Amino acid sequence: MSAHNGRIGVAIIGSGNIGTDLMYKVRKNPNFEMKLMAGIDPESEGLSRARELGYEASSDGIESVLAAEGVQIVFDATSAKAHQHHAPRLAQAGIMAIDLTPAKVGPSVVPSVNMGRGQQATNVNLISCAAQATVPIVYAVSRVTPVKYAEIVATVSSRSIGPGTRQNIEEFTHTTQKALEELGGATRGKALVVINPADPPIKMRNTVYAVIDDDADDEAIKSSILAMVEEVRRYVPGYIITVEPFRRGDHFMIGLEVSGAGDYLPSYAGNLDIINAAAIAIAEQHAAHRETA
Amino acid sequence: MADITFVDVTLRDGNHTYRHQLTPQIISETARALDEAGVDIIEVGHGDGLGGSCVHVGRAPASDEALLRAATSSVKEARIAMLVVPGFGVFPDLEMAADVGVTVARVATHCTEADTTEQHIRKCRDLGLFTVGYLISVGMTSAEKLAEEAAKMESYGAQYVNLAESQGHLTPKEVAARVRAVRQAVAIPVGFHPHNNLGLAIGNILAAVDEGASYIDGSLKGFGGGAGNAQTEVAIAALKRAGHQVNADVFGIMDAAATFERLVSPHPMPIIDNNSLLMGYANVYGGYIHPITHAAEEYGCDPRELVLRLGERKVVAAQEDVVIEEAKRLAKHQQKSA
Repeated sequence: MSAHNGRIGVAIIGSGNIGTDLMYKVRKNPNFEMKLMAGIDPESEGLSRARELGYEASSDGIESVLAAEGVQIVFDATSAKAHQHHAPRLAQAGIMAIDLTPAKVGPSVVPSVNMGRGQQATNVNLISCAAQATVPIVYAVSRVTPVKYAEIVATVSSRSIGPGTRQNIEEFTHTTQKALEELGGATRGKALVVINPADPPIKMRNTVYAVIDDDADDEAIKSSILAMVEEVRRYVPGYIITVEPFRRGDHFMIGLEVSGAGDYLPSYAGNLDIINAAAIAIAEQHAAHRETA
Repeated sequence: MADITFVDVTLRDGNHTYRHQLTPQIISETARALDEAGVDIIEVGHGDGLGGSCVHVGRAPASDEALLRAATSSVKEARIAMLVVPGFGVFPDLEMAADVGVTVARVATHCTEADTTEQHIRKCRDLGLFTVGYLISVGMTSAEKLAEEAAKMESYGAQYVNLAESQGHLTPKEVAARVRAVRQAVAIPVGFHPHNNLGLAIGNILAAVDEGASYIDGSLKGFGGGAGNAQTEVAIAALKRAGHQVNADVFGIMDAAATFERLVSPHPMPIIDNNSLLMGYANVYGGYIHPITHAAEEYGCDPRELVLRLGERKVVAAQEDVVIEEAKRLAKHQQKSA
């Protein structure tokens, strides 16, 4: 199934912050060949950057993706609404869709939690940057002791979130909340999103609160969380602890910061990296699966 | 002279002062007293609005629905409002609010992030709610930027735009400049919500009204974040003295203030203590007064250093986790140097 040069043909649809950052990550990765950058705004910076790098770029959106040759995987970084239109068309064309919008058409995947689940699916959802940063922690607690309630607060710099995310803040909050329950294993989840416009921009920070039983083993919870942080760091090296996990009344609290690789936006935009690094990890696995199939 | 619509926020912003523990009973009796006094709009709920009850900010003793219902079932004339911050409250919360008889929605975000309110403003309009665009911490940006943000909210369908000066940092001239700029940028009415950290809440209201603000927020006894809001009963008396038209009557609102004080007794009424004063001076969000005092005690750091550090970090509303992080860091630092 792989292209003649052994590389998987890839297209990105959505030329905003996420899509553009992803383009640089695809470029660095020997498994992929960037076939097309598609957007809908001919003036977008993402499209002109793609051309500068020598890639095909089109403002015809999904039509240009379907017309392009050799595209096996599409990263969709548009909006929830747009992805709902794209999903059936990509499926019909036999193209694997890795969905970075909160549309949640296909199963949700967080690589450090349920990587295997994406293997058979032709549409995989990455939920949100907040979910990618916090679901692993909730999962790390729930694999040790029941989590009655998990709450996360993701604070991102104003500059790192573009118009798509802003117009999807409802879906963003809602799907992140669902993921804390479905993937994180919490009985009930709650997600809060805070946008901070400070200049210089703040790094993405995430706080996780997990309400647990009084007799839960604090040491076991702590070491499970620390092991998980190492796991996530394997694909997002900028994922670091700022407040060590500690018990505070009926819950555990932990603070995390994510700095990015600085591929497109500077390193404060860890929120781009955490979801894009997950997208790349899933695409790599999908590619490997296809090779062996 | 101006025709003022008065919005009392005791039962929402005041929740910050009461650590988000206002009960349906307190809400019901206070709302009844405010209604009898002739207050036009009564805002109710967790301090951070719908969906605000959480570990991060503080857990409420009852559901949003129970809090709102306590108010809607207790008033005859007044309209009941809720606050919603996109990223906190979700659509089912809005639908619930409309179902229990809330008729005013104030959709709030930090003063530079108006484009995160589009979905929720449209949704509230679809639900038939009188919908307000609410800009938080307006002292953290310029008059020009505020005007742009207010215009965005108007374009999404906001029916008035409220400027919340959540830090109590601005002086009357600075307030006037912001109201003026926003008035020139939008056709919808403009509202103002002061805090009293520098003792300027009432003076700032008069300055805002002189520039054309017509919706004014206050809370009974000033019960609200930081050094408190403008004291509703004082604001109403002062507005009347200045010759403006306000529906609420002075005796009635004084009675409401006394009722509320009795209901939350022995909780102290807000005063401008040293920490609040410093927060106004350093432009730090008023809702952090309790988290700051609490974290400074728990982790052992100087609350004044903590206030200044939060000011340097330019925290916005809803960053209670940073209060803890900084308190822990300062405590460690102070231990080392001791």
